[in-house]
Amino acid sequence: MLKITDLVKRYGSGDPVLKNLDLTIEGESVVSIIGSSGAGKSTLLRCINRLVEPTSGSIELNGTELTKLRGGNLRAARRKIGMVFQGFNLVDRLTVMENVQSGRLGYISTWAAIMRRYPKEDIRRAYELMERVGIAQYANTRADQLSGGERQRVGVVRALMQDPEILLADEPTASLDPKTSEQIMGLLRDLAGELKLPVLINIHNVTEAKEYTDRIVGMRYGRIIFDDKPASLDQEAMDSIYSGSPHADRSEDLKAAS
Amino acid sequence: MSEARDTWKKPPFIANPAIRWAVYLGALGYFLWVGATMPIDWARVADGFGRAGRIFGGAFPPSFERSGLLIDGFLESLKIAILATTGGVLLSIPIAFMAARNVAPLPIYYLGRFIIIVARSFHPVIVAIIFVKAVGFGPFAGVLTLVVYSIGFVAKMLAERIEEIDFGQVEAMKAAGAPFFSTIFYAIFPQIMPRQIGLTIYQLDSNLRASAVVGIVGAGGIGATLANAFGRYDYDFALAITIVIVGVILISEGISGMIRKRIG
Repeated sequence: MLKITDLVKRYGSGDPVLKNLDLTIEGESVVSIIGSSGAGKSTLLRCINRLVEPTSGSIELNGTELTKLRGGNLRAARRKIGMVFQGFNLVDRLTVMENVQSGRLGYISTWAAIMRRYPKEDIRRAYELMERVGIAQYANTRADQLSGGERQRVGVVRALMQDPEILLADEPTASLDPKTSEQIMGLLRDLAGELKLPVLINIHNVTEAKEYTDRIVGMRYGRIIFDDKPASLDQEAMDSIYSGSPHADRSEDLKAAS
Repeated sequence: MSEARDTWKKPPFIANPAIRWAVYLGALGYFLWVGATMPIDWARVADGFGRAGRIFGGAFPPSFERSGLLIDGFLESLKIAILATTGGVLLSIPIAFMAARNVAPLPIYYLGRFIIIVARSFHPVIVAIIFVKAVGFGPFAGVLTLVVYSIGFVAKMLAERIEEIDFGQVEAMKAAGAPFFSTIFYAIFPQIMPRQIGLTIYQLDSNLRASAVVGIVGAGGIGATLANAFGRYDYDFALAITIVIVGVILISEGISGMIRKRIG
């Protein structure tokens, strides 16, 4: 269970990007976060695995408080949080197998990693997962030889290799064509079910969010303003999430303050 | 707005006319002053032409009689260049990481930049003079000199490449909980490897050239052979050496250019 309480993130001295945000993700649900660019979706996800340092508040994953961790403890906690990126973030010049095994870097020694001496069970697991998502034939292919959809499959398998307790996906389909995009969303939903894994997906495509996820969280200007089943996302809710612009939001805040 | 405008002039290089003319006149005045005050003894210059003529006269035809000495000198230069490149590049890698703003903490970054600046600030000939004083005449001084020279160039260029990497790959490793060195080996090395290889080959080529120069001040190699030939007024042998140096450098530049193009 992921429990976020009163989370604030402020860059410099400006307005907070996340404003006293509360969010709880239970069990193996697939949750999508929607909202216009600049609403704070990405910052929220990155606060969870501390790629972004939260300003205040608490993030608890299965009983571990994440916001206070440092050094080795932080790395150990990150191993349990898989992340899938918009731009895939694969190491282009390494083979697919090396990319997939890089999800295990937190578990194996640096020396074993450099010498590419991966444990047998890791290799077996990698082949299983690659088989599952249909990229096993590319094990020895360089990552930059693959198509976008295949690359994101590598990204997903890398995250799953971490044996995570939660999967974060930061706009995983934004760089993909519509058809591939649906395949990846379907894959994330199915894997979540198979592996009993909660998945948190930032997404711009509301149709896909409705179709592939169990719950939709709508963000606007650092706050959660919608949190319900996809069926309840009506036009009114859509308008409140997407209408106007971040700029207008900011000036409203100023008016309220004065 | 009234009529259509149909004339346009490029804005001047320096907008303020007073400063502009001051700069132009100042530059012109300086050159005239330098020309008027430099102590050039035209009589000696004229004499020099005669001496140069004698040297070139003595140099023709080039003499390859003592080619054994020439080959020995060259092999020594090659050894110096290879050793110095290996040592210099190995040292350059950690220094480059230290001097890359996106991976090193601020104090380490300044230390790394400082090492590079020191290594770059002296011409190899000056460094060679210091090392020849410190460790004596011979190839070892040459190797040390060129190690410093290699660090100045390779570490600087490599640090710049590290600063240009796609940081997303580093983020992905961090997100997976990878320790520091595993992250460097998986997310950074693959990205900088082609540049690293290209720089090494370029530096080998460059060190071979520089080894001929630092030899002249006593740091071994073909440069020492050349300096000795001049010292003994063996101009024909000196010309032979010069021809071979130019030839070998042409060849090495061709090869290194070809390899660097391949790995692009």
